[in-house]
Amino acid sequence: MATAETLTTPAAGSNSVQAFDVARVRADFPILRQHVHGKPLVYLDSGASAQKPRQVLEAMDEVLTTCYANVHRGAYYFSQHLTDRYEGVRTTVARFLNAASDQEIVFTRNVTEAINLVAHSFGSRLAAGDEVIISEMEHHANIVPWQLLRDRAGITLKVVPVADDGSFLLDEYESMLGPKTRLVALTHTSNVLGTVTPMKEIIRLAHKAGVPVLVDGAQAVVHGKVDVRDLDADFYAFTGHKLYGPTAIGVLYGKAELLKQMPPFLGGGDMIRSVSFAETTYADPPHRFEAGTPPIVEAIGLGAAIDYVTAIGQDAIAAHEAGLLAYATERLSQVEGLRIYGTAKEKAAIISFTLDDIHAHDIGTIVDREGVAIRVGHHCAQPLMARFGVAATARASMGLYNTPAEIDALARALEKVKELFG
Amino acid sequence: MDPLLRDLYQEVILDHGKHPRNLRHPAAANRQARGYNPLCGDQVTIYLVCDAAGRIADVAFEGKGCAISIASASMMTEVLRGKTEAEARRLFDDFHRLCTENGFTLEDASAEDRDALERLQVLSGVREFPVRVKCATLAWHAMHSALEGGDQATTE
Repeated sequence: MATAETLTTPAAGSNSVQAFDVARVRADFPILRQHVHGKPLVYLDSGASAQKPRQVLEAMDEVLTTCYANVHRGAYYFSQHLTDRYEGVRTTVARFLNAASDQEIVFTRNVTEAINLVAHSFGSRLAAGDEVIISEMEHHANIVPWQLLRDRAGITLKVVPVADDGSFLLDEYESMLGPKTRLVALTHTSNVLGTVTPMKEIIRLAHKAGVPVLVDGAQAVVHGKVDVRDLDADFYAFTGHKLYGPTAIGVLYGKAELLKQMPPFLGGGDMIRSVSFAETTYADPPHRFEAGTPPIVEAIGLGAAIDYVTAIGQDAIAAHEAGLLAYATERLSQVEGLRIYGTAKEKAAIISFTLDDIHAHDIGTIVDREGVAIRVGHHCAQPLMARFGVAATARASMGLYNTPAEIDALARALEKVKELFG
Repeated sequence: MDPLLRDLYQEVILDHGKHPRNLRHPAAANRQARGYNPLCGDQVTIYLVCDAAGRIADVAFEGKGCAISIASASMMTEVLRGKTEAEARRLFDDFHRLCTENGFTLEDASAEDRDALERLQVLSGVREFPVRVKCATLAWHAMHSALEGGDQATTE
């Protein structure tokens, strides 16, 4: 059996500048020094929202205290300066995703808004009988916008089922692609099961049928390198706050030729070319889709977060997390009565579980008293909960700052849960 | 063991959570409402059999939830039987205060509610766990909604 003492962090990936040093990483996150109920914080809820390194906090603070102004507006120095930096983050994001151009990067508030943007704008051309394919393991953010489109336009939703081990059923998916399919909208990594879907093959099959693909990458960009051109994704959405950046800043990548054809989503300032009461013309993408004053400081924070993870090396982070996942899977499996949901071969560092017949809410309350923060509930994926016949699960989601010792702390806290419930 | 946790999960609560009383659907039920906690997806349905005199002749529930919400529903069914609708509404108010007001004691409650509240007092541990108050009051909100003629209650 591996223990916290004997488990060594896997060797860093070949692309990383240096070996991954979790102690040094942890020192970058001031919040990790906090105590909860007198116990050191064990933060295992990065899948819901990740903590922020001081590099992100300092970048945002620096803007607010030295050069804040609105962007795309002023003729004065600060506005011009910050506009350049804000637009510079677009370039940073484009490089991060390996997009062909920064004009393919639309800033949104989060993944939810990015998907709603596509559902409204791309979706405005869909009509009754047209089909959109999603899957059983989608977050509500990739279900409800399509149901709203169904209500507006009469489209049909097709739902790809999930295998018992949580893996994506490629054959079932392929059989759903048909002449009426207009869009495939699927997660790259399940926020509940951790399953990494075979996205490259999913996209290849869709394109063979002439169908574009929207990828919900909220969990995926956090755990490994994403290359939208290698995937050949048509749309790819992710959010800042799960990537060690701030809230209220998300990204929608869209292929230039698709974005160009799409009508605006929200109307207002910044997204127009000229406005008169007779006729208004719209800006080109990406600004066409960014109405109103954007989340400027948050965008700067996102840029800093991307710089942070790329400096450490996404391969090194992925290797560290793979080691954590293997350790946690083994360690938690030793807790009698613990059942893990989602055991797909390709899996991110997310473990959903139940413990005997103890409700997840009770588990969450009790482990919290030990300083351990985990998510409990339906994880905004109620159809998936129904699929596995549970009302709720507990979920430990790991990030680059977690350690095997923290997994041990969770396991010990779970023993206390069992003790209490006898 | 953490004393606050011991207080939250007293033996009585664990017992009712594992072996809920009146977990059934009475055929004669003439009022019912579903309580739903959107935070965790828990739901309970409360069934009331109210007689012509306005008394609760029978009360039962079905549902799934955490130890606190199931224990609370179970204990509620035990204390409500035989009460008038007006008494049930008053007890709802006092129980809500028991779960939310620090320093609330039986002396602060209506004299008629004290016997029932004495039994329910084991649930007052939720005061130290604000997110769990909704678990303790879920069944009560559903019961209240059933009395009002509604069919749904959420803890939002």
